[in-house]
Amino acid sequence: MNLTDYISAAPEMTLLGLICVVLIADLFVDDEHRVMTFWMSIAALAITAWTLIATAPTGRVVVFDGSYVSDSLSQVLKIGAVGFVAVAFLYARDYLRANDLHKGEYYILGLFGLLGMMIMISANSLLTMYLGLETLALSLYALVAFDRNNATCAEAAMKYFVLGAIASGALLYGISWIYGVTGTLKFDEIAMAISADPGLNSLPLWFGLAFLIVGISFKFGAVPFHMWLPDVYQGARTPVTLYLASAPKLAALAFTLRILVDGLGGLHDVWSDMVMVVAVLSLLAGNIIAIAQTNIKRMLGYSTIAHVGFILLAIFCGTEKGYAAALFYTLTYVVAAAGAFGIVILLSRRGFDAENISDFKGLNARSPWFALMMMFIMLSLAGVPPFIGFFGKLNVIDAALSSGYTGLAVLMVLASVVGAFYYLRVIWYMYFEQGEEQAALQASTDTRLVLSLNGVAVLALGIAPGWLWALCSQIALSMR
Amino acid sequence: MLAIGDDSDSNTSRSETMHIVALAMSVLTFIISIALYKWFDNTTATMQFVERVAWIPALDVYYYLGVDGISAPLILLTTFITPLVVLAGWDTIKVRPAQYFAAFLILEGLMIGVFCALDGLLFYVFWEAMLVPMFLIIGVWGGERRVYATLKFFLYTFLGSVLMLVAFIYLYGQTGSFDLFGFMNVPLTMTTQKLIFIAFLLAFAVKVPMWPVHTWLPDAHVEAPTGGSVVLAAIMLKMGGYGFVRLSLPIVPDGSAYFSGLIIALSLIAVVYIGFVALMQTDMKKLIAYSSIAHMGFVTLGFFLLWSVGSGTGAGLGISGGMVQMVSHGLISGALFLCVGVLYDRVHSRQIADYGGVANTMPKFAVFMVLFSMANAGLPGTSGFVGEFMVIIASFKANFWFAFLAATTLVLGAAYTLWMVKRVLYGEVANDNVAALEDLNQREFIVLAVLAVAVLLLGLWPAPLVDMMNTTIEQLIQQVGQSKL
Repeated sequence: MNLTDYISAAPEMTLLGLICVVLIADLFVDDEHRVMTFWMSIAALAITAWTLIATAPTGRVVVFDGSYVSDSLSQVLKIGAVGFVAVAFLYARDYLRANDLHKGEYYILGLFGLLGMMIMISANSLLTMYLGLETLALSLYALVAFDRNNATCAEAAMKYFVLGAIASGALLYGISWIYGVTGTLKFDEIAMAISADPGLNSLPLWFGLAFLIVGISFKFGAVPFHMWLPDVYQGARTPVTLYLASAPKLAALAFTLRILVDGLGGLHDVWSDMVMVVAVLSLLAGNIIAIAQTNIKRMLGYSTIAHVGFILLAIFCGTEKGYAAALFYTLTYVVAAAGAFGIVILLSRRGFDAENISDFKGLNARSPWFALMMMFIMLSLAGVPPFIGFFGKLNVIDAALSSGYTGLAVLMVLASVVGAFYYLRVIWYMYFEQGEEQAALQASTDTRLVLSLNGVAVLALGIAPGWLWALCSQIALSMR
Repeated sequence: MLAIGDDSDSNTSRSETMHIVALAMSVLTFIISIALYKWFDNTTATMQFVERVAWIPALDVYYYLGVDGISAPLILLTTFITPLVVLAGWDTIKVRPAQYFAAFLILEGLMIGVFCALDGLLFYVFWEAMLVPMFLIIGVWGGERRVYATLKFFLYTFLGSVLMLVAFIYLYGQTGSFDLFGFMNVPLTMTTQKLIFIAFLLAFAVKVPMWPVHTWLPDAHVEAPTGGSVVLAAIMLKMGGYGFVRLSLPIVPDGSAYFSGLIIALSLIAVVYIGFVALMQTDMKKLIAYSSIAHMGFVTLGFFLLWSVGSGTGAGLGISGGMVQMVSHGLISGALFLCVGVLYDRVHSRQIADYGGVANTMPKFAVFMVLFSMANAGLPGTSGFVGEFMVIIASFKANFWFAFLAATTLVLGAAYTLWMVKRVLYGEVANDNVAALEDLNQREFIVLAVLAVAVLLLGLWPAPLVDMMNTTIEQLIQQVGQSKL
């Protein structure tokens, strides 16, 4: 180990150090001044982001004896993750304060979760990946149970924990098979071992692979391993759901790409069928079940499942175009999801959680600007041009068609028509119905600003999606 | 040159100024489009006023706009109708007028965009984005069953067009860019052409709408506010027809030839069957909506006669007839919806049975209504006659029975429109509501008068319009004649 090793991992180490500082400092902050913790966390995120940019690698750097990688993919995903965690903290602050939940733990657990995500994103071996995953998962379990006096939260957390533990078990089991067959845990060495000895590409390896795919599907919330997702989305307090729905998706993408492409890319023929089944089921089940939901968080949960279907279908194609499309889709999906939950948080007040889609009734009369933002976000999720979600879908369909999967492309567009219905319903409630509430939404200036930026970004990115797509293609090309 | 596509302002301030801003914007756009007419060169079939800027270089997508003889008349129609719609909503829209006008201006920009776009992806973006303002217009300012109608409208048209996207992406895979001219030049096998044609057909047939995918239209029309109905009938339906000539015919000529019999059959069903359906309506808006479907049947009939007529003048006649019919139907149906709107504002009913003897209390209005109804029935001297006549002649050259069935519309059209006029306008004053009616105010008078002038002008002297598109249509026919197999 030498200095380069530490420089490449500097963002994580900086973040860990800062978390400890915040953790200790938080002990000396009383509830009145809890906002201090918020600002310290934001500062920690800013410093981490700065470190990320300052230590940006040129090309692909593998350190710590091959178990840690820093490349353009990790760079983009990490910056995205830091950004979305900051956004989640900001949207959460006023809600937590209004509901007497403003504890330092939200921020500290959130930061630890981010640390886990960053480790996952940079993992170059199955073991590092597992460590990152567990760091993230444990923080998330605790975050879901954050409102400890609330039975729903506790139930959701319990469900998440038990199912998550089973999935981790499956993942570890799969890892052990892969290790047993190839004799290594590092992704590039696994890839080399497989290409060097085609005889390895046989049942024992496939067996392990199947368990890895179970783990991936669970993390992403893909059908049939999605059971936890709607319950947790609904059960957790909204700021926690927001956190859960945004940045961890980026980590899950890295998780998938590193394992399936970096490590087991040679087995594409084997895993593509499994991924396709999972993806198609997610696409259909997510979109169809979402129609029946009346709870907005649950609906967005099912909508997440449907979007995961798109992401997995892009990966399924197994081409550079497909990987680029998956990256593009995930990044843009997270922008929209963060905004959607941000507005749900904004609708809530002290002692009242906006839970139902009907709470959106008459929002246009109350706060036309936020209604407009929510409309942008919903249309983007539905994939209506010119919003960014359309281009995400466009790229995935393009990837599928250029790999010759015409049937899948048709399925995707038809599924998005089904999906359009429940997004439109939110718009319908906001614009066409009269609500009982008349008062305009209250929000502090910074929340207002960031939320507006978030909504406008959905449109602006859609009008100028070129650079993001160029970036994603470039990253996909640099992947092996 | 054609940055008109961006005249959207989502201003949400209240008060009168908003009306004036909206009107000024739409009139300004109209004036710009007159300049377009003035400098439009009739003698060339190439694209004019071309604007081409790289939009998404990574996907080779361009912000590529241009105008030719097919799109120019439709753009003029759009910019002509929008100020009238703004005027028509002047004081009838009480709830959030600012958003109403903003939605219309955005819609206008997007519709012009559809007519100008020469890049497949750009076309699709405009095409779909257009649904959003219309969704809101019907949903927020519509009638009682507006939510049902607007959801049906959105989902129906969305479902229709997504397969077009798949076709575009497939063509993109073949040519490496979204350039429509690239699409037109790439050779395709028969199977591919058939599939692409079907994908296009779904998108355009829903929009036109052709029988049997027309069911969204009566609902949408009935529930939309007057302005929404006008734009829907006058412009949005034309998108489907425009799509056929701009995309289906040149990109998949052999596929179009293969399916032309089907389209002709569907068009004739629309003309005859929907004509009978219209006869039975008791709701004025519904009646006009069904009459729109029947009239749009003429448009698709005209476009697809090409192969049954063979070469010669007939083919050109069919397509230009269809084009003239589109423009004229835009004016007439728009005007009729405005007439119904005038009555609805006063009595708040669209039922024919609630009226009777309106001519006694609203003489000026009656004159206009009769004029537009005559035009709708295809009376010579009005614009309605020109297009229908051209299409009927063209179909006569193709097959006697096509012409016979198409010509029944002259009878049916006269029957349903004039019967409605009789029941609404003439006879004894039916009830107190009608007795209390006030005649047109100045604003309404101007709107209807402008339309009346346009309808008559186009009927008596259609030459400028026909000249405008002749060269382009000739070139189109030549292009369609060349097999791409």
